[in-house]
Amino acid sequence: MKSPVQAWRLAWTLLRRDARAGELRVLIAALTVAVGAVAAVGFFTDRLERALSLQANELLGADLVLTSDRPVPGDITRMAHSAGLQTTEVLSFPSMVMSDGQAQLASIKAVGAGFPRRGQMRIADAPFAPERVTTALPPRGGVWLEPRLIAALNAAVGKYTRVGNSELRIGAVLTHEPGRGGDFFSIAPQVLMNLDDLPATQLLQPASRVEYRLLIAGEPPAVRRFRDAISVRLTPGQALQGVQDARPEIRAALSRAGQFLGLAAVTSVILAGIAIALAARRFVQRHLDACAIMRCLGASQNLILRLYIYQLTLLSLFGIALGLVVGYSAHWVIIEILGQTLNVAVPAPSVWPVLGAVATGVVAVAGFAIPPLLQLRNVPALRVLRRELGGLQMPGVLTYSSGVAAIAGLIFWQAGGVVLGAIVALGIALGIALLAGIAGVLIVSMRAVQRRGNGAWLFGVSNITRRAFNTVVQVVAFGLGLMILLLLTVVRNDLLESWQKTLPADAPNRFLINIQTDQLGTVRDLFARQGLPAPALYPMVRGRLVAINGAPLALETLADERARRLATREFNLSWTAHIDTASKIVAGVAWQGATPAPQWSVEEGIAKTLGIKLGDRLRYDIAGQTVEAPVTSLRSVQWDSFRANFFVLASPGLLDASPATYMTSFYLTTAQAAWLNTVVQTLPNVTVIDVAAIMQQVRGIMDRVSAAVEFVFLFCLFSGVTVLLAGIQATHDERVLENAILRTLGGRTAQLLRALSVEFLVVGALSGGVAALLASVIAAVVAVRVLEVPWHINPWLWLVGLLGGAITVGVAGLLGSRKVLTRPPLEVLRGV
Amino acid sequence: MNMQAPIDAVVEVTKLNKNVPSPDGELQILQDISFVVHKGETVAIVGTSGAGKSTLLGLLAGLDEPSSGSVRIQGQELFDLDEDGRARLRGECMGFVFQMFQLLPGLTALENVMLPLELVGRGNSQTAARDVLHRVGLGARLQHYPKQLSGGEQQRVALARAFAPRPAILLADEPTGNLDARTGAQVIDLIFELNRELGTTLLLVTHDQHLAQRCKRVLRLEAGRCVSEVAQ
Repeated sequence: MKSPVQAWRLAWTLLRRDARAGELRVLIAALTVAVGAVAAVGFFTDRLERALSLQANELLGADLVLTSDRPVPGDITRMAHSAGLQTTEVLSFPSMVMSDGQAQLASIKAVGAGFPRRGQMRIADAPFAPERVTTALPPRGGVWLEPRLIAALNAAVGKYTRVGNSELRIGAVLTHEPGRGGDFFSIAPQVLMNLDDLPATQLLQPASRVEYRLLIAGEPPAVRRFRDAISVRLTPGQALQGVQDARPEIRAALSRAGQFLGLAAVTSVILAGIAIALAARRFVQRHLDACAIMRCLGASQNLILRLYIYQLTLLSLFGIALGLVVGYSAHWVIIEILGQTLNVAVPAPSVWPVLGAVATGVVAVAGFAIPPLLQLRNVPALRVLRRELGGLQMPGVLTYSSGVAAIAGLIFWQAGGVVLGAIVALGIALGIALLAGIAGVLIVSMRAVQRRGNGAWLFGVSNITRRAFNTVVQVVAFGLGLMILLLLTVVRNDLLESWQKTLPADAPNRFLINIQTDQLGTVRDLFARQGLPAPALYPMVRGRLVAINGAPLALETLADERARRLATREFNLSWTAHIDTASKIVAGVAWQGATPAPQWSVEEGIAKTLGIKLGDRLRYDIAGQTVEAPVTSLRSVQWDSFRANFFVLASPGLLDASPATYMTSFYLTTAQAAWLNTVVQTLPNVTVIDVAAIMQQVRGIMDRVSAAVEFVFLFCLFSGVTVLLAGIQATHDERVLENAILRTLGGRTAQLLRALSVEFLVVGALSGGVAALLASVIAAVVAVRVLEVPWHINPWLWLVGLLGGAITVGVAGLLGSRKVLTRPPLEVLRGV
Repeated sequence: MNMQAPIDAVVEVTKLNKNVPSPDGELQILQDISFVVHKGETVAIVGTSGAGKSTLLGLLAGLDEPSSGSVRIQGQELFDLDEDGRARLRGECMGFVFQMFQLLPGLTALENVMLPLELVGRGNSQTAARDVLHRVGLGARLQHYPKQLSGGEQQRVALARAFAPRPAILLADEPTGNLDARTGAQVIDLIFELNRELGTTLLLVTHDQHLAQRCKRVLRLEAGRCVSEVAQ
C-alpha cells in the first residue's frame, strides 16, 4: 500500500464494519467514560479557577486591598491619596440584627464612600425581583439585606431592622456586591450599611472582632508603586491582597477540591483502562486471521501495524470526542448540584480541560490498547493454513507496564504532588489487591457449593468458577466503584449520626459573644429570670503572638500557609482559675489556686503548628501592650464539646489589665429560643451564635459537596459496567458456542437465560458483598480510630451493596449477553 | 525429477526439508523435495492427510521457513528474503485460494478483491476488482459481506481476489474441500478458465481426484517424500 491515504481509507473501511457489528462499543464506552470523568472535573475546576482569575478585581472590589485587624493607620490612607490613588474604608464583623422581634446572626459590612472601587453592586426591590446595577450606597439610616436574611427575619423592603442600638430602614435587597463573590461557602448572610451609621450602633467595642479593609484603586503603575512602598511597612495583622493573590484560602480550597475530584476521576480512568485492555485484547483476537490473510496477500508487518494504529486512532478520536461531550454535559450537573453553595458566576471554560481530557484518553489508549495491538505485527502468515499458529499470547508482566505507568502519571498529575500521589496510588493498589484477594478466595470456595447444585445454578456458577480470572477482574472493577459510593453515602451518614449521638443531649447549642464587662450582671440576671443555670462567663482578650523565647516570630520557618495565617492573626486568649473539664493536660502541670505565677496553657495542636514547646516563653501583643509568660502546660481540647474552648489560656492575673469582652455557651431548648430575642433587645451589641443552625448549614454544604463527589464517582460505576461488558465480550464466542451446543442438546431458552441470570446475579452480589465488607472495615477504622465513636454493623450497607450489585450487574450482564441467546445454533455450529 | 532449471521455470524447489521438534525427537515433515514448475503449468500436489502437502504449499509461498533446501520463485531465492521481503514477493506475483476461503468478514466482496491490489499500490483497484467479480459471476454481489454469501460464492470471491492482481503463480489449498460436489466442480472450472485466460501457473493441494486429474502434472507425497510425479 503505497499511499497513506489508501491505508487510512482501508483502516476506515475495516473500522466501520467492526463498528456496525457492535465490536467496538465497549472500547468506545470505556474511553468515553474515562475522558468524560476527567473532562467533567476539568471543566468544573477550570471554570471556577477562571472565575477567580477573571473576576479578581470583582472579588476584591478594588485593585489592592489592605486588610488589618486594627483600624488602618491614617498615614497609609494619606500616602495612597498622595500617590493619586482612591481609597474606601470597609469594616466587617458579625452581629445580630432584629426585625419584628426576630433575631438573626448576620455579617455586617459598613462601607465608606466610593464602595466598591472595582465591580458593581446589584440590588432589587424585593427578594427574587429583577435586579439592577447601582453605584449608590445605602443612604444614611438605611441598610441593604441579602434575600435569605430578609426571609429569615420575615422582613421586607421598607421595614426597619435593628442593628446594635440603631433602627435602620431596609432600603433594598442586596443581590450582588463586589468583594464578596469569592465566599463560596458563606454562612452568615450579609448586611450592607453606611459607614457613617456605624458609631450610632455602638457595635464597635474594645476587643470586638472586626476586620478593617482599605480598598485601593488607581492606575496600575501607581498601584504597583504604592504596593511596593507599603509592603515593607506592614505590621503583624496587616496583609495586602492584589488581584494576583486574591482570596488565597479560596484558591487553596479550590485546589484541594480539584485534587479530590480529579483523583475520583482517575479512579474511573483506572477501571476504564482495565475495560480498554480487555476490549483491545478481544479486538486483537478477532483480527488475528485478517492479519494473517493480509500478510499472505503481501502486507508488511509495518503496514499491518499501521493499519491497526490508524483504526485505533480513528476509534480514539471518536471516543474522546464523545467523552468531551459527556464531560461537558456532566460538569453542568456538578455546577447545578453545588449551585446554591457556590456564590460565583462562572465564565466560559478554557481549552485546558479539553487538553487534559484528551491527554487522558490518549494515555489510556496508549497504555492499555496499544500493547495488545502490537501482537498483530507478529501474526505469522502461515496461520492461514494452520490456525493454531499465532494465537493470542497471555499478557506478560511488561505488557501493561506502560498502562500502569500511564495511570501512575495520571494520579500524580491530578494529585499535584509526589507524596499525595504516592499515597493515592498505594491506596488504590492496596484496594484493588484486597478486592481481588477476597474475590479470588470466594470464587474458589464457590467450587464446593457449585457441585451441590444442579440445572441453572450449576451452569451459572460453573461459568463463574471456570472463568475465575475474568470474574475476579469484574468483581474488582465493580466492587471498587460500589465501595466508594457506599462509603460516600451510607457510611458517611452513619458516621455523622454516630458522632451526633455521642454529643450529650444538653451539649451547649448557643454561644453569646461580645459581652462587655459592664453587661456581665445583666447577662446573669437574664439567665436567672429565664430559670437557666448561672452562665460560666469567659473573658476574651484579643492578642497577637509576637515572640517565642524573646525571638520575633519568623514566619518563613513555619511549615504551611495555615501556620503563617495563625501566627499573624489576632486570636482570642482567655484566663481561668481552673482549666475546663473539656480539656486534658497532656504535658506539664495545670496551675492551681487563685494567684499562681504568670503562665500560659496552650492547646497541643496549635503548639505543634507554631512550634511551641513546654517551657517556651510566649510574648503577646495585646492592644499595644506586651505580655510575656512561660508555657507550663499543653492541653488536648475536645472541640466538639461545644464549650468555650481556647487555644491559649492565661493564668489569673496575667491578662487582668487587658481590654476584654466575655462569652458563654449554654443549652437552650427549642421552646426557650424566643428568649434570645429578649437578650438581643436588652444587649444589642451581644452576638448570638446558634450552633445547631450553623451545624445544619454546614451539613447542608457537606451534603451538596458530597453529592457532587458521588456524582463524579458514578463515572466509576459506569467504568465498572464497561469492565463487566468487556469481560462478557471477551468470553462471547465461547458462550455462543456453549449455548449452541446446549440448545442442540435440548436446552431451552428459559433454562439458558436462568443460567446466565444466576451467573450475573452472583457476580453482582459478590461485588456488592466485597464492597460492603471493605466499606465496613474502613468505616470501623474511621469510627474507632479517627472519630472515636462507637461503631456498629449497618445492615443497610450490606443490603444496598448486595442488592445494588446484583441488580446492576444482573441487568447489565443480561443486556450485554443477549446476542448469546439470540444466535441460531446452526449458524454458530456452521461457523466452527 | 528434473533438476535443471529451464529459462521459463517459475518455481524451482531443490532438496527441500522441513523438520519440527516433537516429544520423540525431530519429526521430518518434508524430505528432499525437488521439482520445477514451468510458466503456465498446472500442478496438483496430492497425498494422504499428514503427508506434508500443506507444509509444502506454505513453503512455496514463503509462509514458513524450511530446515534446508531452497525455493526460487521467478529466479528469486525465496529464503534469501526476510519476512517482509517474502510478503512483498507474494503481493507481486502470487495469488492464494484456501479451503476456508479466508475472506475478511469486515469487507464487502468488492473490498475483499480490492485489498491485494491496494496492498501492492495498484491504481484503479476498484475497476479491476469489479471486472474480476463480474468475470466470476458475482457482478450482482459486489456490496455483499462474506457472511451474506453462500460457500460457493465466497470461494468465487476468493478466486477473484486471487486473480485480480494477475499473479504469475496461483497457490490453492484444497479449494473445493469445503464445497459440495456441484459447486466444487463449478469452482474448478473457473480456476482453470482463469488459468488459461491469464496464463497463470497453478499449484494446488487437493484430495479431490477429479481436480488432480485436470492438472498437467501430479506430485504425490507420502510421509514427506515425493513418491511419484505423473505428467498427464
